[in-house]
Amino acid sequence: MIDKKWIGQELPPSVLPIERTRLRFFAKAIGETDPVYTDEPAARKAGYPDLPAPPTFLFAAELDSGTIDAMLVQLEVPLEKLLHGEQSFTYHAPACVGDTITVRSRIEDIYDKKNGALEFAVKTSRATNQRDELVAELRTVLVCRH
Amino acid sequence: MTKPSYDSVQVGDQLPTLELPAVNRTTVALFGGASGDHNPIHIDIDFARRAGMPDVFAQGMLGMAWLGRLLTRWIPQAHLRRFDVRFQGITHLGNQITCSGRVVEKLEVNGENCVRIELQNTNQFGQTKIAGEALVAL
Repeated sequence: MIDKKWIGQELPPSVLPIERTRLRFFAKAIGETDPVYTDEPAARKAGYPDLPAPPTFLFAAELDSGTIDAMLVQLEVPLEKLLHGEQSFTYHAPACVGDTITVRSRIEDIYDKKNGALEFAVKTSRATNQRDELVAELRTVLVCRH
Repeated sequence: MTKPSYDSVQVGDQLPTLELPAVNRTTVALFGGASGDHNPIHIDIDFARRAGMPDVFAQGMLGMAWLGRLLTRWIPQAHLRRFDVRFQGITHLGNQITCSGRVVEKLEVNGENCVRIELQNTNQFGQTKIAGEALVAL
């Protein structure tokens, strides 16, 4: 069982610099063909200072930093049993190439269903930029299947 | 296509669907690298089998990213206010996903005219893999 003592636990911040080559790689991986996401002049024409991060990109911050891996070790959830249950984003400002995004998360809840056959961990996050402006809020529900 | 406006959009309107090619090992490996999700269950068949899965499978966030494409083909990303999904089933190799969206409500949120879109990822057998919704300011 995931120990409920972790409810309220704050995770170490993750810093994600938004980089052009990474965004182009991400666009390729999701089959994105809109030039706004790969071509700087097209992005500028659309009103962005540089390429914008697509809607789900900021999820990378805590994967890159290793924060998710460390949290799973702490919660004693092995990768073999891990599923992604839900994901939410609330958007406040764009994140573009040149921005540095910091994601700060907290474990909001831990609960189980089906007499412990499924365990859930809820994590909420705030993503801010280098000017300390709120860029997005994220909510993740992770599932451990037994 | 003319850009959707609050007045032109009606409840029940469908977003133009997005059809993806069948998921293969390259799709999943590339997304693993690009998204930072290095969980071997998506890229290493030996690990996947030890975990009790028949094979590697697609990351949930890949399916969500495709729904993001559905949305940003319809309206510029700056109009997107919220984007929520529930992962309902595993997207296996060979699955051909269709992303669809439907306007289900016109409403005012924080003084902005918005529409609520119901979202779905479905494979070629009609199985829903992801269900969700988005709030878009128009």
